[in-house]
Amino acid sequence: MSLTHLELLEAEAIQIMREVAAEAEKPVMLYSIGKDSGAMLHLARKAFYPAPPPFPLLHVDTTWKFREMYELRDRMAKETGMELLVHKNPEAVAKGINPFTHGSAVHTDVWKTEGLKQALDKYGFDVAFGGARRDEEKSRAKERVFSFRSAQHRWDPKNQRPELWKLYNTRKQKGESIRVFPLSNWTEMDVWQYIYLEGIPLVPLYFAAERPVVKRDGALIMVDDDRMPLRDGETPEMKSIRFRTLGCYPLTGAVESTANTLPGIIREMQQAKVSERQGRVIDHDAPSSMEQKKQEGYF
Amino acid sequence: MRPQRTADDADLRVTKSLLRFNTCGSVDDGKSTLIGRLLVGSGVIPTDQMAALEADSKRVGTRGGELDYALLLDGLSAEREQGITIDVSYRFFATEKRKFIVADTPGHEQYTRNMVTGASTSDLSIILTDSRKGVLTQTRRHSYLVSLLGIRHAVLVINKMDLVDYSQDVFQAIEADYRKFAEQLGFGAITVIPVSAVNGDNVIERSTRTPWYQGPSLMELLDTVEVDDARQRLDALRLPVQWVNRPNLDFRGFSGTIVAGTVRPGDEVRIQPSGKVTKVSKIVTMDGPLESATVGQAVTLTLADEVDVSRGDLIVKADSPAEVANQFEATVVWMNEAPLLRGRSYLMKIGTKVVTATISPIKHKVNVNTLEEIATSTLALNEIGVCNLELDRQIAFDPYKVNRDTGGFILIDRMTNDTVGAGMLHFALRRAQNVHWQAQDVNKAARAAIKGQKPCLLWYTGLSGAGKSTIANLVDKRLHSMNRHTYLLDGDNVRHGLNKDLGFTAADRVENIRRISEVAKLMVDA
Ligand SMILES: Nc1nc2c(ncn2[C@@H]2O[C@H](COP(=O)(O)OP(=O)(O)O)[C@@H](O)[C@H]2O)c(=O)[nH]1
Repeated sequence: MSLTHLELLEAEAIQIMREVAAEAEKPVMLYSIGKDSGAMLHLARKAFYPAPPPFPLLHVDTTWKFREMYELRDRMAKETGMELLVHKNPEAVAKGINPFTHGSAVHTDVWKTEGLKQALDKYGFDVAFGGARRDEEKSRAKERVFSFRSAQHRWDPKNQRPELWKLYNTRKQKGESIRVFPLSNWTEMDVWQYIYLEGIPLVPLYFAAERPVVKRDGALIMVDDDRMPLRDGETPEMKSIRFRTLGCYPLTGAVESTANTLPGIIREMQQAKVSERQGRVIDHDAPSSMEQKKQEGYF
Repeated sequence: MRPQRTADDADLRVTKSLLRFNTCGSVDDGKSTLIGRLLVGSGVIPTDQMAALEADSKRVGTRGGELDYALLLDGLSAEREQGITIDVSYRFFATEKRKFIVADTPGHEQYTRNMVTGASTSDLSIILTDSRKGVLTQTRRHSYLVSLLGIRHAVLVINKMDLVDYSQDVFQAIEADYRKFAEQLGFGAITVIPVSAVNGDNVIERSTRTPWYQGPSLMELLDTVEVDDARQRLDALRLPVQWVNRPNLDFRGFSGTIVAGTVRPGDEVRIQPSGKVTKVSKIVTMDGPLESATVGQAVTLTLADEVDVSRGDLIVKADSPAEVANQFEATVVWMNEAPLLRGRSYLMKIGTKVVTATISPIKHKVNVNTLEEIATSTLALNEIGVCNLELDRQIAFDPYKVNRDTGGFILIDRMTNDTVGAGMLHFALRRAQNVHWQAQDVNKAARAAIKGQKPCLLWYTGLSGAGKSTIANLVDKRLHSMNRHTYLLDGDNVRHGLNKDLGFTAADRVENIRRISEVAKLMVDA
């Protein structure tokens, strides 16, 4: 009897995580509370059961996530028995960086890109797991599972290693670090299917419900708290919406939907067939902007 | 919240099998167009990307405004594309029955390193050729490389059939030519398909323009083929221990991915290389204990006895163990700008174990275009050779041709940490066992005792002219004056005698060091 595609993807991710646990000096799992992070965390628990995963969770916070995300984050930390580290770039806190006054590019760069580098340096983590997948974007198709970063956290295309069989070379020079992507070979559909079959907890925002939104620059933005300044003529309206990806609430577009079960969401996905990242405001800044962000150290 | 199970979840319950394949072709054979067609045909390309493709096809396409499927594959910006050294892209699509992982490698010069990387995880290979050109040198090269990596099923796609009027004669001539050549490569199966990637003939559906062709379309083949998987050839348990799970004193589990065979509680297993035998107590998972686990699964075993097991050990079926040895013959594919040198030692990662390997003679390298064997003393980037390896300790292994995971390895440079080579073990050399080490009654300790001194080697390194000889000479004089027995091996002096035959090429330098180390070792022993 040969295994199903999900069983094989699961085994591959577990193998990658165990390899890191065995060879890294100080690994960490980046936890962004989205569905991919949720699947990754679940795989980590399976990899080390009955022990809890032998590394902490790190949330690089921007203070602008949806409230429901913070709730799930704290609950999962409790449930898994893992240590949760939350890092907020102190400079961004001091300057009150936000997407409204500073724009999405600066906001993301300072809170996330800089915040991540600071956190890795502060704790001295040498390996960080991330939930990115190769199918997310064309430029990710060539990304390795073990992606090497210089001491300045830059991704250097010349300095990536061939990955043969199941063999990963995890040796690195002092100061270098590695980003490891156990979900590299998963597609969005694989992740949804796995979440469904395994009953993995999700932020309720993935499921449709009546929520207050305004239409802004072509996107439906949910008014999650009273920090969001409304423009002239904007009044929040209740609409049945859900999210395909989750990030900072002012930067994440919702889709109108009534799908409140996973099978419903999948059916909508198959009919609409719009790519996942469309809802993310940051991707539209400039062509090949994801690629550039990667070079700069944003995941 | 946890996703609730509902009655209408057919889409989410389907389980698929997984097929990994790689694609090889030279520039302009139409590989990108073909893969683009497969992606679109399987429906994985979202509507917004299809719209973008239409717009791009009009703007920059090569098909006069028609859809240019190849544009779907452009990833990194061109400038980035130039710099990337390891150029393998992974793409995904799925049908009702299967998920596919495609390892796509470009046809340019770095082909060997990239193609070998892509093929190492593949079950099947698609080799493209242009119908106007037939079986070319590169077709042979691609086929040889994938056969070397143990691929059992080769699919020859004869593309651009539209340019030869879908001629059956052309197709048959190329097919016959290919089958004759491929005989020596030992594939388990070869399928040859006439295709026009731009027009879509025989890509997703069978084409009416090739009524003479009775076989499957490429997609039909991929969707139904049962690969004769090299990994399945060994059916006895092999489980490389990856992680020892020890949360508290009451639990001691051994975690790893099964790379051959199956395991059940109660099975008698052997721990290699030590050879100790014990029984499996439980197969522990978060979903509850399993009654059996099979190749591909990542599991945790508990054992009946408190035997010594650590990361790097191999758990095997007790009565069909792997071989244990420290000298091998192997095929090595060189992947680094700095050449492989005889006598130099590298780190070798095989399974979950890392050992030190020294390359003893390189027997020959293979001309990948003609398959001719050529004598050599080094391997350059993208060269393939057969050599002997000597390890610093014994390991358990199987020949690569019966199991990829217990017979495949990578070589790592100890200074740069780069992955510099990949290899496949053939068999163990019995030399170490045959030439028994002459046990001597008067040993190192006894000799040291009569001298009343501790044997010790001081090695001076530094650039030429840095003052090594001067310092060494002073130290030597001082030790001598303290009544210590010393000897100074001067690098230049050694080159007058022992190493007279060596020059200053990289290979000779390594040999020079190797000989001096051996002499030094004898002296320390003496
Ligand atoms: N006539 C014809 N042209 C083709 C066919 N397949 C690809 N091409 C053209 O050949 C050129 C190279 O194709 P591409 O897919 O980019 O090749 P790659 O370099 O192998 O990826 C492009 O101009 C394609 O449109 C085919 O079946 N028939």
